[in-house]
Amino acid sequence: MLDIRGLRVAVAGKEILRGIDLAVGAGEVHAIMGPNGSGKSTLAHVLAGRENYQVVAGEALYRGHDLLAMSPEARAREGIFLAFQYPVEIPGVSTTYFLKAALNALRKHRGQDELDAMEFLALIKDKLKLVEMDQALINRPLNEGFSGGEKKRNEILQMAVLDPTLALLDETDSGLDIDALRIVAGGVNALRGKDRAMIVITHYQRLLGYIVPDFVHVLYDGRIVKSGTKELAFELESKGYDWIKNEAAATH
Amino acid sequence: MSVSESRGRFIAAFNERRAAARDGAAVWLDELRQAGMSSFAELGFPTAKNEEWRYTNVEAAVSLPFAQANGESKSFSTRDILAQGFVESGAPRLVFLNGVYAPGLSSTRGLPADVRAASLADQSGRDDALLAARIGRYADLRRNGFVALNTAFMNDGAVLVIPPGCRLAEPIYLVYASGAPQRPLVSHPRTLIVLGANSEVKVVESYIAVAPGGYFCNAVTELVGEAASVAHYCRLQREGEAAFHMGTLAAHLGRGAHLTASAVTLSGALVRNNVHVSLNGEGAECVLNGLYIGAGREHIDNFTEIEHVKPRATSSELYKGILDGAAHGVFNGKIVVHKDAQKSDARQTNRNLLLSADAVVNTKPQLEIYADDVKCSHGSTIGQLDPDALFYLRSRGLGSDEARSLLSFGFASDVVERLKIDALRRRLNDYLLEKFRKV
Repeated sequence: MLDIRGLRVAVAGKEILRGIDLAVGAGEVHAIMGPNGSGKSTLAHVLAGRENYQVVAGEALYRGHDLLAMSPEARAREGIFLAFQYPVEIPGVSTTYFLKAALNALRKHRGQDELDAMEFLALIKDKLKLVEMDQALINRPLNEGFSGGEKKRNEILQMAVLDPTLALLDETDSGLDIDALRIVAGGVNALRGKDRAMIVITHYQRLLGYIVPDFVHVLYDGRIVKSGTKELAFELESKGYDWIKNEAAATH
Repeated sequence: MSVSESRGRFIAAFNERRAAARDGAAVWLDELRQAGMSSFAELGFPTAKNEEWRYTNVEAAVSLPFAQANGESKSFSTRDILAQGFVESGAPRLVFLNGVYAPGLSSTRGLPADVRAASLADQSGRDDALLAARIGRYADLRRNGFVALNTAFMNDGAVLVIPPGCRLAEPIYLVYASGAPQRPLVSHPRTLIVLGANSEVKVVESYIAVAPGGYFCNAVTELVGEAASVAHYCRLQREGEAAFHMGTLAAHLGRGAHLTASAVTLSGALVRNNVHVSLNGEGAECVLNGLYIGAGREHIDNFTEIEHVKPRATSSELYKGILDGAAHGVFNGKIVVHKDAQKSDARQTNRNLLLSADAVVNTKPQLEIYADDVKCSHGSTIGQLDPDALFYLRSRGLGSDEARSLLSFGFASDVVERLKIDALRRRLNDYLLEKFRKV
């Protein structure tokens, strides 16, 4: 589904990703771990189409398309979804209004009829249960004054409604207490399926106790320095990132 | 035509009309018009040398060869006029065409019998003590050439008198529709709103275009709120794209009176809104809201002046502008706290969103404080759309244009929320969603 080859990306002239190779197949959940500043969030944003990143070399193919040539909205319409580490607050626009507009943009792209307010309401009621969110919350301005947990649940709600093919979860666990983490992870797990791939970016192993990955990759200094199965996450938890840093220093 | 020629032309038109007509006007009105004209002859039109007009050049507005309007123009439907003016169907309304009352389009059904809602022209022949005492008392014709000109040519407009203790829940609409297909017209609508003690009213004053082409609408509204009255007033401008609008609201509030005065400018080639509020009674309170949305080469200038005259009065002002294309916005917010106005509380905020590199805004707060125990704050910002917010919306599948329009809508939302007239707020929200979608 996603094939990243030799991807090098710079921000303001400084190379952050220094040669990423990663293949993600349908139905798979990949975790990308790594210390702060290793380039995890940059990878997520580049895949979602954030501007101000210069692709220096390499490519990313998504279902055969040149992903890096597409606008952010084109990627979303083709089924890519980024759950933000820091969801943006938008005053004056309710989650309901925004999400209906987004879903209809996707449906239009797929040649489906747009949903009216009643149909959308019926759809979202189910999804709200999934993330244990109150309907009153989504009639308020998008993320404005939401707690950290509410923002993250709202991201998963959006993901559930937009039904992506490839979901990128950027530090979805950051700033969550244990109850919120359980709810968010439950929402994510409910969306796992054989046609959907997920890339879960996290600093801590904690989240991976709830969302069990098929593969774990360690990103350090702009490169994937180690890949393995879920056992790698446990190893990281006990040994810490210094182990990886020392190993990387020895090979370079 | 130059500005000074134009001034001469207005003076000549005045003398001609006065000689021809002596139109049975009451003595007070005749005298007031003359006072207006002598003040106009002295002041003329403001120029950029006048600090209060520094960013707005009125030359184009005043030098078109305007004919004095007499109510002509028939190329519209009633339904269009009401829809343009955001009028709820069945609501009480006074409609004026090019400054002249149109009884066929108006309705005062549903208003209590002791509420006076009428055309000034219908009443001005009488020797009316209330009109004589009120009109011209609040809008200062010695300060502003346009107010002087309006006073000189004053003929028609709405008179709204709410008796003491009368509380009206539903809004009253005053619609000033302008434009004629044949030639540019000038009109000088004059509105008087008087709230008796403990009364309450909501008034929407809409200025709209009923024909393409240029016209000049020079409007003055005087509003008096007696003790403990509550007024929600909104001036809505959907003027034509070649239209010039000079508008003044002069409001005086008595003890404990409340006024929410909003100025919503959605279109017009050149629009200037003067708002003067005098907090003349202890504990009086005013909320000023402004929303100005400009595109193309539109020029929208808001000048507000709040005078805290008596102690313990409060004012809260929020003006927001959204400017696209090569539009030019101006905000000048003056707050004067007089010596006796201790414990005054004045807050002022102006925020501007520029959607293009060619859009311009000038913003200027001005505080004059002569009392020592007061709370005053002001702040202004000029910014662009937040790239993080744009990316967030686009990453969900919204197109770049749609994301921009949604953020613009969101930017305006808090000032729209402050309009305390529900029906108007609903219509304005619908209008803005639609408008920004087209940008």
